[in-house]
Amino acid sequence: MKVQARFFALYRERVGQSTVDFDLAEGATVADLVASVMQAYPGLSPDPAKLVVAVNREYAEHTEPLRDGDEAAFIPPVSGGV
Amino acid sequence: MLVRVTEDEIRPEVVIDSLERSIHGAVTTFMGTVRKYTDDRTVEYLDYEAYPEMAEAKLQQIVDELKSRDEIEDISVVHRIGRLSVGETSLIVAVASLHRRLGFETCLDAVERIKEIVPVWKKEVWAEGEVWVRSEGA
Repeated sequence: MKVQARFFALYRERVGQSTVDFDLAEGATVADLVASVMQAYPGLSPDPAKLVVAVNREYAEHTEPLRDGDEAAFIPPVSGGV
Repeated sequence: MLVRVTEDEIRPEVVIDSLERSIHGAVTTFMGTVRKYTDDRTVEYLDYEAYPEMAEAKLQQIVDELKSRDEIEDISVVHRIGRLSVGETSLIVAVASLHRRLGFETCLDAVERIKEIVPVWKKEVWAEGEVWVRSEGA
């Protein structure tokens, strides 16, 4: 199945792209996506277990299963407002 | 009610006029503006970036949560993104309430929640360098 990873702010700069499609096995979870992303972009994070991921615009646990066509965004610590 | 993430300049009167005006007795507003000094650095500008679809959804979630409080009639929130200079407004929250105290409290709570869960990031740029605020090391 295909999942679209999106990167923002610091993570976008580290990866060098805003969106990258990943092919994952059926039944893959957020943790599996994180592993694939880290393999492709080892510089993304020094602590992958703590990466915050939003699936289809909702914050998701690493244990959450993914489905074909999902959008998974890698969310750096937010710093909006003032 | 107005809930928006935009690259356009924030016009406070438009945001305030968007509030329901049938029963409330107080309008409390907060505007966040770009400050010139962070620690010992002089800021030249800030670049705000958002995950726009999710940021608007999370702003809406915060507004819905806080609007369910007694005495809160309406809430509007606009977050600006893109490049902002010192003194420009990055965020406005406007709360219409029956009385002042809950208006002030709800306005503060809205800003705190925004800083926790809304996917917006700022890069601070000064003469000698730049930094994604709160993100380095993550």
